[in-house]
Amino acid sequence: MNSIISINVVRFLVLVLVQILILNHINFLGYINPYIYILFIILFPIKNSRTLFIFLSFLLGLTIDLFSDSGGVHAAACVTIAYIRPVVLKFCFGMVYEHQAVKFSHVEFGAKALYIAILTLIHHLILFSLEIFNFSKIILTLQKTLFSSVFTILLCVLITIIFSKNSK
Amino acid sequence: MQQIVNFIIRNKTFLLFLLLFTISIFFTIQSHSYHKSKFVNSANFLSGTIYKSSNNISQYFNLKKQNEILIQENLRLNEFLYKTKDSSSVSVIDSSKFSIPFRFTPAKIIKNSYSLSNNVLLIDKGRKDSLVQDFGVINSNGIIGIVDNVSRKYATVISVLNTSINISAKLKKTNHFGSLTWDSKSHDFIQLIDIPKIAPVEIGDTIVTSGRSTIFPKGIQIGVVNDFKLDAAENYYIINLKLFNDMTNIEHVYVIENKDAEEINNLLNTTNE
Repeated sequence: MNSIISINVVRFLVLVLVQILILNHINFLGYINPYIYILFIILFPIKNSRTLFIFLSFLLGLTIDLFSDSGGVHAAACVTIAYIRPVVLKFCFGMVYEHQAVKFSHVEFGAKALYIAILTLIHHLILFSLEIFNFSKIILTLQKTLFSSVFTILLCVLITIIFSKNSK
Repeated sequence: MQQIVNFIIRNKTFLLFLLLFTISIFFTIQSHSYHKSKFVNSANFLSGTIYKSSNNISQYFNLKKQNEILIQENLRLNEFLYKTKDSSSVSVIDSSKFSIPFRFTPAKIIKNSYSLSNNVLLIDKGRKDSLVQDFGVINSNGIIGIVDNVSRKYATVISVLNTSINISAKLKKTNHFGSLTWDSKSHDFIQLIDIPKIAPVEIGDTIVTSGRSTIFPKGIQIGVVNDFKLDAAENYYIINLKLFNDMTNIEHVYVIENKDAEEINNLLNTTNE
């Protein structure tokens, strides 16, 4: 149990630092940034209490907001994906989730990629809608969502592959 | 009562989500209005320290370019010094030109941002260097932004690349003035609106600050006219300006304090009442 807590604390800090110091300054093609800090939410242990999980997600988003001067856009996007995560989990992993036996290092690759993709897309859509905050610029919102999502999903999948324990 | 408590316990996840989501939206709305983002901003000890130490490393990669910029600025200041006769035609930022009421503080940008729709910068000077809200920020090429939140050692600056910015600017050759806004499309261009149709605007004209607010002195350069068109009512021009500054690469800036700002604002307030 202690190792789970320490792993998650380290993951939280490392992801926040990587995000604010490196990834926020990539600006590929002028505006495309990956937001891989949501890996914390994606990989959070399933058996934990949901209230704690939602609160931690809010804290994560707010920390990113604090560093990037963006008000509460990351916090809003984070609490939303934290709240809907069980639905997405059930959709992607089906029976395995219902038996509370999902281990992210053991599930098949396709289901995991789909799960990451759905959460990322929802997160980015909320993030950019709130950041731009203008219905007349909906094309720009969707464009940013799409391109940044591709970038984020690729990086997240890569990172989960690289850092997964080889337990085959 | 029992039912209410039961309801809360049953839906505690949803209620917590709703509460946190509302708080986030509240912060978001605050950050979209000018000078309102009081709670969540990077002018605090934690983010200031982290950005400063990261800037201590990253500034070395930029040294060559920044040196060139400083040499260019020195060159222009030297030219200005030796050719003071035609000083009115040279637009150089120099505290001796705006004689009394302005005080300049050098500062360094430790966090730059230009890809969002509300870009905010962080500088390494704060309350202990007697900065307060609404000071102007410029560099040798022109305007950068306006100081927003101030902590003890750091301050956030609303960049000109921010949709809530509103700076008074005018044509350099005449006195027709309008206000600067940003359409968040490109970090090289900002927009000048409300210039009357009668103004003789041409492509390539220089736009400078008008000095009508207490934030910026008159005559600080902003950019050149790239293209212009009439607005929907056909009474005013919407001018697309190309900034003199490359906002993606700025480091050394000056913060301007207008020592008369309080007096001017008091006077305006009493006149308005």
